[in-house]
Amino acid sequence: MSGGKITGDEFAQFRKTFFDECDELLTNLDERLSCLQEETADSEALNSIFRAVHSIKAGAGAFNYARLVAFSHKYEALLDLLREGRIEQSERVITALVNAGDILAVLVEAAQMEQDLADDYGADVLDELEQIMEEDGGVEGASAGDQDQAEVEVSNGDDGPSRFRISFKPHAELFRHANEPLLLVRELKTLGDLTITCDLSGLPPLRSLEPEDAYLSWTFELATGKSRDDIAEVFEFVEDDCDLEITRLDTAPVSGDQEKGSPNEAEAPVEASDAAASSAQKTSAVAEQASPKPTAKVVPAPQNTKGPASGTTGVTSIRVDLDRVDRLVNVVGELVITQSMLAQEAAERNEAGGLQAAQGHEEMATLIRELQECVMAIRMQPVKSVFARMPRLVREVSAKVGKQVRLLTTGEQTEVDKTVIEELADPLTHMIRNAIDHGLEDGETRKERGKAPVGTIKLAAKHAGGNILIQVTDDGAGIDRRKLFDKAVEKGIVAADAKLGDDEIDDLIFAPGFSTAKAVTDVSGRGVGMDVVRRNINNLGGRISVQSVLGKGTRFTLTIPLTLAVLDGMMVAVGREKYILPLTSIVESFQPERGQVRALAGGGEVVSIRGEFIRLIYLHRLFNVPGAITEPWNGLVVLLETANGGKIGVVVDELIGQQQVVIKSLQENFDPVPGVSGATILGNGKVALILDIEQLRNMPGRSDGSRPNGKHHIPETSSHAPDAPPNDGQPAAMAQTG
Amino acid sequence: MAKKILTVDDSKTMRDMVSFTLKGAGFEVVEAEDGVDALSVLDKTKVDLIITDINMPNMDGVTLVKRVRGGGAHRSVPILVLTTEGGEQKKADGRAAGATGWIVKPFTPDKLVQVVNKVCP
Repeated sequence: MSGGKITGDEFAQFRKTFFDECDELLTNLDERLSCLQEETADSEALNSIFRAVHSIKAGAGAFNYARLVAFSHKYEALLDLLREGRIEQSERVITALVNAGDILAVLVEAAQMEQDLADDYGADVLDELEQIMEEDGGVEGASAGDQDQAEVEVSNGDDGPSRFRISFKPHAELFRHANEPLLLVRELKTLGDLTITCDLSGLPPLRSLEPEDAYLSWTFELATGKSRDDIAEVFEFVEDDCDLEITRLDTAPVSGDQEKGSPNEAEAPVEASDAAASSAQKTSAVAEQASPKPTAKVVPAPQNTKGPASGTTGVTSIRVDLDRVDRLVNVVGELVITQSMLAQEAAERNEAGGLQAAQGHEEMATLIRELQECVMAIRMQPVKSVFARMPRLVREVSAKVGKQVRLLTTGEQTEVDKTVIEELADPLTHMIRNAIDHGLEDGETRKERGKAPVGTIKLAAKHAGGNILIQVTDDGAGIDRRKLFDKAVEKGIVAADAKLGDDEIDDLIFAPGFSTAKAVTDVSGRGVGMDVVRRNINNLGGRISVQSVLGKGTRFTLTIPLTLAVLDGMMVAVGREKYILPLTSIVESFQPERGQVRALAGGGEVVSIRGEFIRLIYLHRLFNVPGAITEPWNGLVVLLETANGGKIGVVVDELIGQQQVVIKSLQENFDPVPGVSGATILGNGKVALILDIEQLRNMPGRSDGSRPNGKHHIPETSSHAPDAPPNDGQPAAMAQTG
Repeated sequence: MAKKILTVDDSKTMRDMVSFTLKGAGFEVVEAEDGVDALSVLDKTKVDLIITDINMPNMDGVTLVKRVRGGGAHRSVPILVLTTEGGEQKKADGRAAGATGWIVKPFTPDKLVQVVNKVCP
């Protein structure tokens, strides 16, 4: 009996597995609880919730998280009563379940972080659970402690050896449970001195002998220092399948041997098992509410094709540490780079290499691309995990503000990188809160306006190219541009005489420090505004835009790249530098006529195209690149669309080509650089900077674009002599890519 | 030859711990996530003992016990059910289905090995 010892490392590993699992269980719990709330729950939902709580409790027990065990035990007890139909699934019960779910999550986290919570943390919820059980379920004291007590090993401290006679008469069906008298005898022998008498009288003639029935019975005499309970424990598993009598033979000097347990112990368990059988019947009847067939079998969980549990049906999966996946992503990224380096090299020595080598390279490129896609796919998850949190949010918020709201979600299965998913929760939460609080009108107003009293919020996700599009649409009042503008003026965000287009006014929503709520409500307006949402989305390399029709509603659209690891880019040349522009932002490129470019009175230049004036940004000025083409009409203007739908024109020397690049963070490897979102390593091993369109747009040039030499330089670059030859030894961020 | 034990639990934490403990005690261990999974393991592998959780998706432990007892190569293999819930009812369910015995969660590694030795020495 070794194997009892677990080392610290192993323990840490188990612990990690446990909390990883808790994470999943809690998410599942949350999803199922929302289903309950929305009354879209199927009979499996309750079982699934029960299992989640149950698993958490079991694991918590193994790790001795007493508080977690105690809480989940109560939680589980209530769920069990619900499953059995002994408690009705009322609004009150559901609220209690949801609250308990929250507490459970906090307790799990506290256990994980080894934090101490206040002693009365969650006490109110616990009380409520107990009350429900007592009031609705008629359960005294919520049956909490009994189980734990039942497990306390009773040992009456007999010292000297005593003699017992044990009469063991197996029922015929003993073997059907795969119990084996021989093993019992062996175990009894470990307790002390054993004398065995076998009674063969029950043995039938051979021809009527049922080979799988038990016919023999035994009488043992045991001299042991152990107690009666210890002996009874040997027969623990067979007590239902036998007549067992344990009699103490000597009246040796033993204190407190209170003839425990009736000699005929076989009676009671039989009753218990009958009761259990009938209650199993009840359980399955409840679980199968939908289909009224009162079968006595416990039916396997119905296959659920649309519920969250479908993830576990038929899909085999393994759990992999995210670090490992990231390492894989990185290595494959390097592989892509190395391959393109090789390919470039080969192309340069084209004559010598020959056709076959070129073909080989092409095939390899295809395979590596495929490999990369596979690796990226590992990190992809459906947005469902975020979307699933929203119904609950809607319920809470709508209750708080007293509006009736219906949430429609589509495209939950749309997949996106795990990191993106994690970062989506906050912005979405905020947008939906906003939509309910500010977007939708109250029921009265809606009726007056001839709308359905219940407001609708649509949450939709879909793929579009290399992006995921997420839209939050409400059918509320829409943006009142005049009010918005006045407010912005009042806040000093825009000048009172500023002339803004509709889009620009709408865009004011995202201005820092802007909040249209008249009062700071409990719901939204906690000092976090849409500017934070925009920043979050921008950090993901995405864009957010808003469209609104007064009186009809508002739609926010998030466009977010599917992954943060690679980017479809367009490489452009400026002087000797190479830059990458995100392909998704590029509208077109063109060489303007000299006459199309105009200087503005306040400084800066615009290019006019099809009657639109678009501000020009000169990369060579921003980044102080020597030897670049300075006149747009000699080079090219790349027209880029910004997150809010605005446009800027970036002046470059030439387009080099479209390329998928592996993003390397500048912030991690160097320092944040204005106008630059990251860097990539090119096929020739040189570094190219990836430009951040939003930042470019906000960089000087709006008013003093003609004199950009100033604070926004990359510091190192500005320290070069303007015509210094590129130096390959320079750090990456200097953008000396040759 | 080392005895082979199948541990069936939808919780990886529990599977890991059971499996680790039993391997340490010299058993060979195979794992399954739920009843359905367990039956498919049993189709391919001969085991000497099954330890199963009761509450699992797809096929719960009680159903698994019934299915195993219902026929096939493992119909007389000992089966232990894991139970936490105040014991009696679930134990009885398991017993009624044909389980050999039970282990009450949470259990210490020693307790697990002790109970396993009881039915599968």
